[in-house]
Amino acid sequence: MEKLTFEFLGGAPVNATRAPALVGVVGSGNLEILIEPEKLGGRCAVEILTAARGFGATWEAVLDDFFARHKLADVRISINDVGATPAVVSLRLDQAVENFLGGAQ
Amino acid sequence: MTSYYEASARERLADLLDPGSFHEFLPATERVVSPHLVQLETPAAFDDGVIVGRGTLDGRPVLAAAQEGGFMGGAVGEVHGAKLVGLLERARDEKPAAVLLLVESGGVRLHEANAGLIGVSEIMRAVLALRSAGVPVLVLDGGQFGCFGGMGIVARLCDAIVMSEEGRLGLSGPEVIETTCGVEEFDSRDRALVWRTVGGKHRYLLGEADALVADNIAAFRKAAISLLDTKPDLSIEALTTEHEKLGARLEKFGSCHDALDIWSALGIEAPEGLPLLEADSFVAKVAGRRA
Repeated sequence: MEKLTFEFLGGAPVNATRAPALVGVVGSGNLEILIEPEKLGGRCAVEILTAARGFGATWEAVLDDFFARHKLADVRISINDVGATPAVVSLRLDQAVENFLGGAQ
Repeated sequence: MTSYYEASARERLADLLDPGSFHEFLPATERVVSPHLVQLETPAAFDDGVIVGRGTLDGRPVLAAAQEGGFMGGAVGEVHGAKLVGLLERARDEKPAAVLLLVESGGVRLHEANAGLIGVSEIMRAVLALRSAGVPVLVLDGGQFGCFGGMGIVARLCDAIVMSEEGRLGLSGPEVIETTCGVEEFDSRDRALVWRTVGGKHRYLLGEADALVADNIAAFRKAAISLLDTKPDLSIEALTTEHEKLGARLEKFGSCHDALDIWSALGIEAPEGLPLLEADSFVAKVAGRRA
């Protein structure tokens, strides 16, 4: 198992009263993503626990793309992963943001 | 119509209970995760594979739990078990109309060994204590992973079981039987054999499932509502009657080699056609023939 953390700056803060969102399941080739509002001084913090070691660069690329699509700030994203492919991770991230923001940005 | 079989545990709860009524206890944001899986370098789920909370069903207060088969086959670990026990004990204080258990589990989570085993035994004790306090415990079984092992025992300790044909209920699951007794005893890859042996229709015919419904959440909801007024009966008379019934069942069907033999012995014409029937026509065809 490997723990990875990333931070993104320059996003737009979300409403702190927004309800957290949870999507996905911790199953083979899948992952769960929890998005919560949190005062982080304008940062978007991502923490990943993954069963697959050594994919830090891939996670970074997937998350860079994600942050380019969704410029969030004051948000904590927590991920439990069991070897989901980058495509699955991207879809789940988009699904999580959609649920979190109620389908609108 | 949303398929119960395809839905996640969260989707099942949301659609089964009155819209918007579900309130989760210990949600994912509390991060009450398994202390054992981390030591085994295995990712844990924020809810440990079970969602517990309160809501209303047809306007009446209920407590409910749903196991997520997608996480470790819905297996019961220490936290998972403690959440179920806590819900059942809470029900003894709050006296809701019923507790609903949306089961989907292979039984004990073997990664957590004794902690999981103890968890399952505590669930059993809590179910019986709650029933003796007069609150019915209703089981819904129609998920992808079925209900086996310790959770199979738990299910049969409850007041009533609602199943779809897709649901499965048993003690040792098909793979376990094949691994321990050989493929000649039970071929776990023979889907028709698996479903006619542990599937919902057979469990309904044997009298273990109280209702057999189509695979959609609305049908499960309707059946659960109809069972809300179930009165738990743990009297010695009820237990003796149940044991006599099981004894008679063994005597009558003990020499059968296949579920089809049992269905014939129940006096059902053309039993080989049963697996092909939709839930409603199946229930109509076997009316008055159940064991």
